Amino acid sequence: MCPDFHGVRMSTSALPHDENLRARFGELKPALAAQAAVIEADRCLNCFDAPCTAACPTHIDVPGFIKRIASGNLRGSAMRILDANILGASCARVCPVEVLCEGACVMVRQNRKPIQIGQLQRHAMDAFWASGEAVPVKAPGTSKLRVACIGGGPASMACAAELCRQGAQATVIDRRELPGGLNTYGVAEYKLRSADSVREVEMIQRLGVEFRCGVDVGSAAALEALEAEFDFVFLGLGLGAMQRLNIPGEELAGEDGKGVMNALELIAAYKAGHLRELHGTVVVVGAGNTAIDAANAARRLGAETVYMLYRRGESEMSAFEFEYEHAKQEGVQFLWHRKPVEIRRGEDGRMQLETVQVRETNGKLEVIPDSQSAIECDLVVPAIGQSPLTQLLQEVRGVEVRDGKIVADRATGQTGNPRYFAGGDCVNGGREVVDAVAGGKRAALAILKTAEVALA
Amino acid sequence: MPDIGVRNFAGKINSPNPFWLASAPPTNTGEMIMRAFDAGWGGAVWKTIGEPITNVSSRYSAMDLNGQRVVGFNNIELISDRPVEQNLREMAEVKKRYPKNAVIASLMVASTREAWHEIVTRTEDAGADGLELNFGCPHGMSERGMGSAVGQVPEYAEMITAWVKEKARTPVLVKLTPNISDIRTVARAAKRGGADGLSAINTINSITGIDLDTLVPRPNVDGKSSHGGYCGPAVKPIALNMVQQILADGESALPLSGIGGIGTWRDAAEFLLLGCGTLQVCTAVMHYGYRIVEDMAEGLDNWMREKGFKTLEDFRGLSLNRVTEWKHLNLNYKIVARIDEQKCIGCDLCHIACWDGAHQCIHLDRVSGPVDGHVELHRTPSEEEAVSRASIAETPVTRKERAAAFAQGPFPMPLERIPRVDETECVGCNLCSLVCPVHGCITMVEVDTGLKPETWDERTKGAACVTQTQTP
Repeated sequence: MCPDFHGVRMSTSALPHDENLRARFGELKPALAAQAAVIEADRCLNCFDAPCTAACPTHIDVPGFIKRIASGNLRGSAMRILDANILGASCARVCPVEVLCEGACVMVRQNRKPIQIGQLQRHAMDAFWASGEAVPVKAPGTSKLRVACIGGGPASMACAAELCRQGAQATVIDRRELPGGLNTYGVAEYKLRSADSVREVEMIQRLGVEFRCGVDVGSAAALEALEAEFDFVFLGLGLGAMQRLNIPGEELAGEDGKGVMNALELIAAYKAGHLRELHGTVVVVGAGNTAIDAANAARRLGAETVYMLYRRGESEMSAFEFEYEHAKQEGVQFLWHRKPVEIRRGEDGRMQLETVQVRETNGKLEVIPDSQSAIECDLVVPAIGQSPLTQLLQEVRGVEVRDGKIVADRATGQTGNPRYFAGGDCVNGGREVVDAVAGGKRAALAILKTAEVALA
Repeated sequence: MPDIGVRNFAGKINSPNPFWLASAPPTNTGEMIMRAFDAGWGGAVWKTIGEPITNVSSRYSAMDLNGQRVVGFNNIELISDRPVEQNLREMAEVKKRYPKNAVIASLMVASTREAWHEIVTRTEDAGADGLELNFGCPHGMSERGMGSAVGQVPEYAEMITAWVKEKARTPVLVKLTPNISDIRTVARAAKRGGADGLSAINTINSITGIDLDTLVPRPNVDGKSSHGGYCGPAVKPIALNMVQQILADGESALPLSGIGGIGTWRDAAEFLLLGCGTLQVCTAVMHYGYRIVEDMAEGLDNWMREKGFKTLEDFRGLSLNRVTEWKHLNLNYKIVARIDEQKCIGCDLCHIACWDGAHQCIHLDRVSGPVDGHVELHRTPSEEEAVSRASIAETPVTRKERAAAFAQGPFPMPLERIPRVDETECVGCNLCSLVCPVHGCITMVEVDTGLKPETWDERTKGAACVTQTQTP
């Protein structure tokens, strides 16, 4: 059955079943076999008030779900995960566990390998999917509360799911064709397939969450209409478009793999099957986790040479260590202390990326004289982060945007306008899926509490 | 170089080491026993010889624990299904080729004097170094008036032992069943009947588990099961206790071949320290093969070398008199738990074990400090958990955040997670040190109570004296 995302009938079958994509972007970490999962689960010490649970932004009861795997109570295990984190399936795949639960595992303190928490979570969630079970919810309509969640990414989905599980009504509104936000469009396919993200969205839909896709609420009138229809609005907008390099030649379009195409465009294009192949040399500008996802994708799509260009040194790159290692294994090459100054298209149609060498003196970057050199390439991929939020929100009375982030109470997500709550990247400036889920859920609980107080 | 040889066990049984295979599947045939001797086993008790039986399939089931296979093992197999003549012919061959290894014949026949006389004569003629009377088999054979049906009735056990002794020229061991309220009653009977030694324990009546899909207990024989005999690592503590009971009882004590969960040299050393003269192994061999004896012999040898023991007799029974009745334990001996902050990994299992399973004296208050009042107040474990569940955690995404998240303090773990023992409340129960996963992290340390040793026995007798003197 195809779920109905506001008139647009969508399902995983609407996504390209692309053999090329499957072959080039096979799963990075294959699932644990059933017995391997039990052996791994048995290794867990079952710590009290476990550090892994504390480290998880959604505070999943990690030993609780792991010991349920060990005992063979897989349904209970999945419920334990979903109660804390409704996006448990995608988090199991995309979480940087090395700096979260697994990094906090006490085994590390004994010079032993941490428990493979991410893999075990995936095991429980896969079993849950395979069983066809539904997540229990309170009877819909238990509460008359109606909440609009703007933005279709993890924060909004987590907020809406929690509201529906507690009997309230929630509607997720997204301007894109498919909901799921970056889970659907922006995660490396070898970590999380778009199809798996959409499947998760469908599960949330079955909780009673209404999805309105392809709907833009970027006008004052649209927001007013929402305020009339809903009691509260949750802002799970994410961040803006990719930052521009602000150098000449950046506008040279590169949809065909020749020109300029930013990292998120590249990732979305290959995941949707629009970009099937790359050739020659690709230069990714930036050294964050998204830059690495784009560089790895370029390699897997066939680019013979992929450079990552970064204006600072190796020790300052913001990507996680394991992502850096992964990129090296994929064959990505790194050009440190170098920055782009101009992009040109040569007469042969290939691109010339003009760069200069920079050095850091007293914390400031300065160009080394006579260090200019051009890199001949086919595609330039800016990946220097997403831009902060734009003016939309400033139009909402009382919602303050500071340093490109919505100002909201840390514990509740409530903004200066008491009917508006916010969570996810638009509040935290850009973190992980699990942070967005935690923010969305905290906001949902705060909305329920606020409504209760208001009604009492 | 220590000598682990056994001399004149139960009178006159010798073997190059104390490790014997118990009467069971690993000693089913001469070919198997010869391979076992080649692997290093000192002796073997032949799979019980008697009128051949018919077995069922399946026959075994096991208890697994947290991924460890066969922590306990259960069988419903009967005695040898091979003709007596064939077993004895092979026994003669084994004795001829392995004269230095001990070959003991386990026997079980109908409870008549003639049947026992005949089998004793025949097995000794085949060259057996000793006889082991199987009064222990708990399943199947007992329904036919043999095995534990004999071993559970002291009079029968004494009578049959006496019949055997009328004929036997080699030492006679009686194998005891643990499926009886006091194993000493049969040990005493065997001694009265003239036995030269004992073997203990045989398997314990058991149902290992039930298949939750078919609802049939294991092992499944065409939809039904039957209680079996339980053995393997899980039964060692029960076996050690019974060995101690027998050897500490003057009317029971005889040269004893220890059986029950022995799989390593450590287990072996423990049975020897309680006074066993030889050791019998089955389950560990069924799990891993004859080869395990190499480490058993080597390990025992190395331990003896380290401790300065030259022969088995140097340490045999040294722990026996360390077991006493509870009333003779010193009530004024006090130990408390100490946690090594440098070794603690912050699992806090000691904390929850102490709170939920012991005396609420291990706290997570090194940073927050105890709340003083009439009594010292503490957050309960569920309150501790609620606090951390309510905290806000974020993924450390920048280098700076990661450096802060994984910063190393003075201890491997943040002090908040290292528990504190309230020594004034600690009763020295050991529980925390037992659940601690880090070797040497929690030690139990003696504290001076300033009181002279006093046992319950002394205290109550003393009280009785006082009462008497005060009574006019």
